[in-house]
Amino acid sequence: MAIMKNEKISAIKDGKRVIVKKPELLAPAGNLEKLKIAVHYGADAVFIGGQEYGLRSNAGNFTLEEMTEGVQFAKQYGAKIYVTTNIFAHNENVDGLEEYLRGIASAGVAGIIVADPLIIETCKRVAPGVEVHLSTQQSLSNWKAVQFWKEEGLHRVVLARETSGDEIQEIKEKVDIEVESFIHGAMCIAYSGRCVLSNHMTARDSNRGGCCQSCRWDYDLYETEDGQEKALYNNDDASFAMSPKDLKLIESIPRMIEIGVDSLKIEGRMKSIHYIATVASVYRKVIDAYCEDPENFIIKKEWLNELDKCANRETATAFFEGVPGHEEQMFGEHGKKTKFDFAGYVLDYNEESQTVTLQQRNYFKPGQEVEFFGPDMENFSQKIDKIWDLKGNELEAARHPLQIIQFKVERPLRAHNMMRKELV
Amino acid sequence: MKKPELLVTPFSVNHLKELCEAGADAFVIGEQRYGLRLAGEFSRDECRQGISIAHSYGKKVYIAVNAIFHNDKVDELNDYLSFCQKEGADAVIFGDPAVLMAARESAPNLSLHWNTETTATNYFTCNYWGEKGAKRAVLARELSMDAIVEMKEKSKVEIEVQVHGMTCMFQSKRALLGNYFLYQGKSLEIENRKESKNMLLHDVERSNKYPIFEDENGTHIMSPNDMCIIDELSEMMEAEVDSFKIDGILQTSEYVTLVTSLYRKAIDLCAENNEIYEEKKEQWLEAIEQIQQPHRPLDTGFFFKETVY
Repeated sequence: MAIMKNEKISAIKDGKRVIVKKPELLAPAGNLEKLKIAVHYGADAVFIGGQEYGLRSNAGNFTLEEMTEGVQFAKQYGAKIYVTTNIFAHNENVDGLEEYLRGIASAGVAGIIVADPLIIETCKRVAPGVEVHLSTQQSLSNWKAVQFWKEEGLHRVVLARETSGDEIQEIKEKVDIEVESFIHGAMCIAYSGRCVLSNHMTARDSNRGGCCQSCRWDYDLYETEDGQEKALYNNDDASFAMSPKDLKLIESIPRMIEIGVDSLKIEGRMKSIHYIATVASVYRKVIDAYCEDPENFIIKKEWLNELDKCANRETATAFFEGVPGHEEQMFGEHGKKTKFDFAGYVLDYNEESQTVTLQQRNYFKPGQEVEFFGPDMENFSQKIDKIWDLKGNELEAARHPLQIIQFKVERPLRAHNMMRKELV
Repeated sequence: MKKPELLVTPFSVNHLKELCEAGADAFVIGEQRYGLRLAGEFSRDECRQGISIAHSYGKKVYIAVNAIFHNDKVDELNDYLSFCQKEGADAVIFGDPAVLMAARESAPNLSLHWNTETTATNYFTCNYWGEKGAKRAVLARELSMDAIVEMKEKSKVEIEVQVHGMTCMFQSKRALLGNYFLYQGKSLEIENRKESKNMLLHDVERSNKYPIFEDENGTHIMSPNDMCIIDELSEMMEAEVDSFKIDGILQTSEYVTLVTSLYRKAIDLCAENNEIYEEKKEQWLEAIEQIQQPHRPLDTGFFFKETVY
């Protein structure tokens, strides 16, 4: 489908086309520290989980106090907080829901991400000031169903990860509602909400946060013929697997912006600070660069390299360009190891003495090559010379988590910049 | 005691007729273009014949339109639903709200049954779809007996529960079998096994075998055991659950007919004379055990199992 140059999306300024409708960059956060990092590194909005009703039992979820603090923090930067409340509830989850939603509303949360009509309707009734966004758990895949949810009063829909660019475009053209779409991160290989493998294999309810990722296990494929079983693989073949490569739509961001997608979402409430900072800052740069000058936009090699530094698995474009084939799955391997690790968090930089003060987040030592990055700077690498603790004692290595360390860095840094090291 | 409807999935028009004789009260039919995981394919003409035969026996026919639709099929829904209404289908089964919207436009007199399989997990949500126009909710298979009874008590819509057969554990839009063959460099296998319904995934650790197949709606993985609660019907009958479903997908037509006739006897006796039901129920269970495929043991699904999260 040709991209229509929509006048609501772009305008001519000083003889040059610019994007006037900039999409929201939406990042995940598993705790308060990650929420702050996401905002510092360029997210316009952050989605988090509460203590209940969310889908990641194992993510570090937010108490109401933490939620309130997160909202206050985000507000200073003009950023919004959404809370995932996207379980498919059972009867036993009905009690307590009203109180929970009132709590979220009082924390000042902008919206909740919901799958179950029980939670949609209860939120409309007890917390009418909170926006309701339909979760991808509903596997919303066509414009007419989107129309249904618009008529039900929803503010936004998160589309199924199975929708293509052409389908998203048609949905945006036919229905006037905010659309949120995934751009990066791990994915279900099943239609979201339509998989209960965990329930069967481990008695954990996948649609209430208990998913144990059985789809990433190996299986043997057989066929039965007249009661006989015959293997459909050779001994040297990798096992049958359903593990999808992770989504990476960096090169489709221009198309998504031109289509008018309202919110670009990064997956990963379970992901590390390093991951959130890296991914959010790259997409921040991509969105800003495209919106400023779409005609001369190119994907910079450094952005791709940067994303690669925090990748857990190989990546693919999944359904955005059509139904993915075998090359978008992983056989005989279980993801690749991350190449880089978070090593330090910059607290301060003294320009006069060219000394950084940083908090250790992972072992490092003099002589090691490290890289600094941040939301407002070009990355640079340097070899670490001598390092000291705050009392001025020279150290052999930075061994202790959260220890405050000082050393010389030739180029200026700012608080919240990060230091990463290559894993060997 | 009120008897629940006995709902069965026929493989063909002839099989539907056989099942009328075996004691089924209602049927789910349809085609994979619109419906999910059907036992057999019924073209429009076969739906017409099926409805006519079923109605002549005083039985009902529900047409499955419960796929997850993408834009490409949305415009066909109006015509298909008009057809269902015109031919006298007793209900259409839907999961996607697009079907609800299309039915309002083109088939306003059609009854609707809400069935997304995995997401009908609380009574409020069943009633929500009731308010939107559904007459019945088909409950998720991952619920306990206690939860089902509570849902029946608190629901304003009819409640349907699967009592026998395999259940779907997973649906992907991707062609996972085809992708595996392509990865192995065996592209010929794809054409050979296109309609194949005899493939299994071995889960060695759990020593389970999961049926897997591909169709127009993607890849489907099914439960390793066949649920059977022919000996545990009393509680749900007392609660007046409205419909008991036997899903015959990936079984043989002979198997489904026999199981249907046994459930017919079980439901009738349970309603009329519970003492005799209690005496006879073990025999029916044994009769079904004898015709099970060797790699598919019977179990009681999630009726008596605790799930955590």
